[in-house]
Amino acid sequence: MTAVVSAEHLGLTFPTGDGDIVALSDVNLTIEKGDFVSFIGPSGCGKTTFLRTIADLEQPTSGTLTINGMSAEQAREARAYGYVFQAPALYPWRTIEKNVALPLEIMGYSQAQQAERIARTLELVNLSGFEKKYPWQLSGGMQQRASIARALAFDADLLLMDEPFGALDEIVRDHLNSELLKLWDRTQKTICFVTHSIPEAVYLSTKIVVMSPRPGRVTDIIESSLPRERPLDIRETPEFLEIAARVRDGLRAGHSYDGDLV
Amino acid sequence: MRRDLSLFQLYLALVAMGIGGVGLALGLPTLGTAPAVEVFFALAFLSGLRLVVRFSPWLDGALAVFGAMALIVSLPGGVMPAHHWLALIAAWAFAWLFVERLSACIRAGILPETGVGLLIPIMFGLALLVVWEVVTRGANVPPVLLPPPSAIGMRLMAETHILWADFVQTFIKSVLPGYAIGCLAGLAVAILVDRSPFLKAGIMPIGNFMSALPIIGIAPIMVMWFGFDWQSKAAVVVAMTFFPMLVNTVAGLNAASSIERDLMRTYAASYWQTLMKLRLPAAGPFIFNALKINSTLALIGAIVAEFFGTPVVGMGFRISTGVGRLAIDLVWAEIAVAAVAGSAFYGVIALIEKGVTFWHPSVRGGRA
Repeated sequence: MTAVVSAEHLGLTFPTGDGDIVALSDVNLTIEKGDFVSFIGPSGCGKTTFLRTIADLEQPTSGTLTINGMSAEQAREARAYGYVFQAPALYPWRTIEKNVALPLEIMGYSQAQQAERIARTLELVNLSGFEKKYPWQLSGGMQQRASIARALAFDADLLLMDEPFGALDEIVRDHLNSELLKLWDRTQKTICFVTHSIPEAVYLSTKIVVMSPRPGRVTDIIESSLPRERPLDIRETPEFLEIAARVRDGLRAGHSYDGDLV
Repeated sequence: MRRDLSLFQLYLALVAMGIGGVGLALGLPTLGTAPAVEVFFALAFLSGLRLVVRFSPWLDGALAVFGAMALIVSLPGGVMPAHHWLALIAAWAFAWLFVERLSACIRAGILPETGVGLLIPIMFGLALLVVWEVVTRGANVPPVLLPPPSAIGMRLMAETHILWADFVQTFIKSVLPGYAIGCLAGLAVAILVDRSPFLKAGIMPIGNFMSALPIIGIAPIMVMWFGFDWQSKAAVVVAMTFFPMLVNTVAGLNAASSIERDLMRTYAASYWQTLMKLRLPAAGPFIFNALKINSTLALIGAIVAEFFGTPVVGMGFRISTGVGRLAIDLVWAEIAVAAVAGSAFYGVIALIEKGVTFWHPSVRGGRA
């Protein structure tokens, strides 16, 4: 097993006019190849900031962070990861296929390669037949699937997902979650997934990172004992509920640390 | 009360009917001098039957057109008989009633929007022209003050070659090149300004200063610099169109959301890739706004600039010398050409905008 992401004593402080905000403090984490890691915690716990730091969209102020043995900046320039944002962020003047082609155009793939990859990734997210549609002609769930196809198109081994289904209703979210699991199984990618839903985190992950705010830090790392193959009704098994309870305890511990009432 | 008329429409109908009756009575002593107008009064009075039978809106339209034609046909050489003014008011009321009822029908979905919808502004424009014609000729307004539209129309027909030459000189030679240069320069400088904070601090105030310069002030200077021909007019147009394009493009280049930019960064896209594939397309609606504003500014600039020295051709030249020679109908004909050219220019750009920024919620009529 090789570490895809490795963080040691990672810290990030945003200076503001109102004093410094410690977004991340002493984060130590190793993510192995093929892991499905969920980051869970209340708002302000730094889970999105941590993902953005992996993506070199934020720069840590202390500690070390390596991605595939490189610095975050080198990894970004080597196009080591695909990033799925909270919003689909599809460009409205491009059709779905052109949106998926966007990273391919930037990275200089040939027309033939582009066509092949567009077809393959749209197939993967069940959007075949919608190539010529514009984003605003599709539902929110379909738009988010298209943005996942876009992140998959250039075959980065690491997929970073920042609450990709947060804006969707629960029925669509369940469906996309089980599709995401199948996709992860088929492509053998490493996935980092930010969420604030306990069932979502437990259902998807091989490893759950529980975080808490002020300062943003990791309070617990839970290795899931669930099998890779996970039907939706696994969520009613005692095993699942046990892990969910542990996550809930972790979140509660993080809160009481602040002296909050629980 | 009839249910196919609103209260307001009923008032209009009653006014038209009442005027018909009064006009008929007032016209009795001079019966037979203006038969068309008398027939119109009679018909207007009869339209009061709408209180008992259904009266189609098209009949109102026909009555309005008939009244207008009767009035114009019966216009005397001198001052119009007093009660004919009533006919003008009645015809106006019918026209108003017609468009009111038509738009009500469109709103209710009885009549289709396309085609019929176009009839409303056409009717409105025609009504204005008729009132203009009847007032200027009926009240014997001196043509130097305001010529009737018919005289302007005759001038338009008679002087096509002059008007065409002026159009070529002003629009084709001055406006189009000036517009193209001004807009392209504004766009290019906006991209430079966006790239460098130093330029932003330096150029934006100068651009602001330039836009505050009165065109009346810079036009004579441009004539001194670039000579009497079209080059100086194009230079004025450049000066006028540059700043709106600069400001709008600078704003537009920041229109892309932070998430859309982050996406480009995750692809390790270069500055130019981000510019061409994200920031310029996102700026499209802003750039087209500037193009539309500039399309009318450019024509104004070129025409005014021609007041300050020009070869003996050009719309501005014709207007300024026409006023001096009291050839006011030629001035008005020139204004009509300028208005049509300006609207057509604007319309073409609006059409292109629809094609290029089809994706923008304001164009496709959807939510964001």
